[in-house]
Amino acid sequence: MNKATILLSVACALFLAHPVLAKEAAPLAEDPAVEQRLIQISTELRCLVCQNESLAGSQAELAQDLRREVRDLIKQGNSDQQVKDFLVSRYGDFVLYRPQLKPTTWLLWGGPFVLLIVGLAVLVNYLRRRSRLIVEAPLSEDEKKRAEVLLKGDQV
Amino acid sequence: MNRFLLPLGIFVVLVGFLAVGLTLNPREVPSPLVGKPAPAFSVPQLHDETAKFSPQEMAGKVWLLNVWASWCVSCREEHPILNEFAKTGTTPLVGLNYKDKREDGIRWLARFGNPYLLSAVDSDGRVGINYGVYGVPETYVIDKAGVIRFKQIGPVTPEVLQKKIIPLVQELNK
Repeated sequence: MNKATILLSVACALFLAHPVLAKEAAPLAEDPAVEQRLIQISTELRCLVCQNESLAGSQAELAQDLRREVRDLIKQGNSDQQVKDFLVSRYGDFVLYRPQLKPTTWLLWGGPFVLLIVGLAVLVNYLRRRSRLIVEAPLSEDEKKRAEVLLKGDQV
Repeated sequence: MNRFLLPLGIFVVLVGFLAVGLTLNPREVPSPLVGKPAPAFSVPQLHDETAKFSPQEMAGKVWLLNVWASWCVSCREEHPILNEFAKTGTTPLVGLNYKDKREDGIRWLARFGNPYLLSAVDSDGRVGINYGVYGVPETYVIDKAGVIRFKQIGPVTPEVLQKKIIPLVQELNK
C-alpha cells in the first residue's frame, strides 16, 4: 500500500466511525453490550430519510431518534426480532434491508434462481441443437496424404 | 426475422418496467399503519402547557392529524392550503408540533395563521416514531373509530385535498 491509499483508508475509517461515535459516546461507555447490539441491528435497517444509508450510518435526525428508540427497546430486554418487528409495524417492510420471506416476496427471493434455471435450459437446448448441426466429414485417402505433406512441409 | 422477435420482446418489456419505475416516487413508502388503529399518546398542548391531548378525545369524529414544525420548509408550502381548508369547517384539524421549540411553534403559527383546533407537542419525536413519521409534513385521516384511513407523506396539495382527503372525509362521515 502506498501512502495515499493508507491516508485514504484512514480517512474513510474516520468518516465511517464518525456517525456512530458522534453524540453517542456517552451511552457507549454506559453499556458496550447494548451498544454492540444496537450497531448490529441498525446496520440491518434502512434510514427512511436518506434511503440508501443504514440506520447505523446515518446522521439524519430521525435516524438518531430511531437509534435512541432501538437502544431503549434493547435495554427493556427485547430480542433483535422484536426490535425489528417494532420498526416494521411502524415504517413497513421497507425498513428492512433483508426482506422477509413471505408470499409477496417469493418472486424477489426466487427470481434470480428462476432466471438461472431458465438460462441454463436455454443454453443446454442451444448446445444440443448446435451439436446436431455439425456433420462428421471424414477425410478421404487423398486428402489425408495431402494433409500429411502439408504438415511435414510446415515442420521444415 | 423470427430470431429478432424474442430479444425485441424482452427489450420492450424491460423498457416498460423502467418507464413505470421512472414515474414512481421512492419517498412514498406505503404505510403499514393505514387500516390500523391510530397509536395512543398523551402529550401537552402547544398553547396550553398544562393541558394534554390524546387521540381518544377525538373518538366519534372524523379528524385530520397534521404533523408540522417551524423548521420544516415544506410545511410553509402546505400551510395556506390548510388555512383555507380549516375555514370551510369540513372536519377538525389537529396539529402535531414535531421536534420543535414551543416558542418557535407558537411564533410560526402567529405569523402564518393557525388552522388547527389545537396542536399537540411532540418535542422528542416519540409520537412521530409511533406514527411512522419520516418526512414532515405528514397528514393522517382518522375515522370515528380511531382507525387511520389515509396518510399523506409530504405537503398536502390542493389536488390531494380535493381528490382524496375531502371525498374520504365525506365518505367516513356518512
